[in-house]
Amino acid sequence: MQFKIKFSTSLKTAFTLFLIANLSSFVQREKPITETFKIITFEEFELMMNKDSEKLRVFNFWATWCAPCVKEMPYFEKVAAEYPEIELIFISMDDGRKPERVTNFIETRKVKSPVYLLNDIDYNKWIDKVSEDWSGAIPATLFIKADGSKLFHEGEVNESELRALIAGIK
Amino acid sequence: MKKITKTLFALMLIFALSPLVKAQTEGYQIGDKATDFNLKSVDDSWVSLSGINGAKGAIVIFSCNTCPYVVAYEDRMIDLHNKYAAKGYPVIAINSNDDKVSPGDSFEKMQERAKDKAFPFPYVYDKSQDVIKAYGGSRTPHVYLLNKEGDDFIVKYIGAIDNNYQDASAVTERYVEDAMDALLSGNKIAVETTKAIGCTIKWTKAE
Repeated sequence: MQFKIKFSTSLKTAFTLFLIANLSSFVQREKPITETFKIITFEEFELMMNKDSEKLRVFNFWATWCAPCVKEMPYFEKVAAEYPEIELIFISMDDGRKPERVTNFIETRKVKSPVYLLNDIDYNKWIDKVSEDWSGAIPATLFIKADGSKLFHEGEVNESELRALIAGIK
Repeated sequence: MKKITKTLFALMLIFALSPLVKAQTEGYQIGDKATDFNLKSVDDSWVSLSGINGAKGAIVIFSCNTCPYVVAYEDRMIDLHNKYAAKGYPVIAINSNDDKVSPGDSFEKMQERAKDKAFPFPYVYDKSQDVIKAYGGSRTPHVYLLNKEGDDFIVKYIGAIDNNYQDASAVTERYVEDAMDALLSGNKIAVETTKAIGCTIKWTKAE
């Protein structure tokens, strides 16, 4: 009997905590999704890539269905949050006909950095313009320094590999 | 003097080894001779390039079960095989994903997928990943069109199947079919390499 009471109390506590956690994250979301998500063409991405910036810009190419991409995203957000000079931008390769897959992902995973869905599937026309070193596999990441120089990395990274990559170009 | 000899020897060793390293990371270029393989297919038979009767070449496609791009292209892979196998160029689909990293890509799951889709072509497992490393495949799907010249299989085209994974009826560039048709009619292949977004290969992790 005592066990039963204890169990139900702890279940209640857990549920309350769960509610609070969800509520607080809901409150914490400063910006509506329309400000952090947009569907873009390659030309728009190219303008974004080529514009002047005083920051080290990190463009991470990913998709909601790509397990290694989803795994590495929190490392990018964590490291970017530590360095004010880094601007992190996620470029989604998801199906442009189903953007809700991306917006749902942003909300449930609480992605803070801006996400753009690059809606151009004529891949051979533009992959080399991002980097000739890119075979097309995702995840992949393009780093652009304030002086315009670029570094491209294809493949999944863990947190220490990401830190080493950033230390190497800073 | 001894030191110089040693340095020279070391340098020579580096130069001698560098093409090996390069070959491993970059794989084949157009015109290279593709290595043969002997891999187990979903029907438990062993498949090699030289073992295919009457083959004039092959459409080798690095594939898997779990990549949405592959799923989008499976019917087109079947069409390619049905169109070109009789002309001597069968499709050979190769899964190189490690099944510990990606359990959905195990040999048993390959058998299930082949049965569900009634693949008319061999679907083989490159468990050691030696074949994909030799070829330089980096994503799925990744096509290598091979032409048999003498006893050698020469790489003629590397890249994507076409330029619209979402909608087969909206394709405007049929890279593999164009390359195949040029090859069959003795013309030069206009587009020899293409790139496409694809799923990374699930490489075996070092123990």
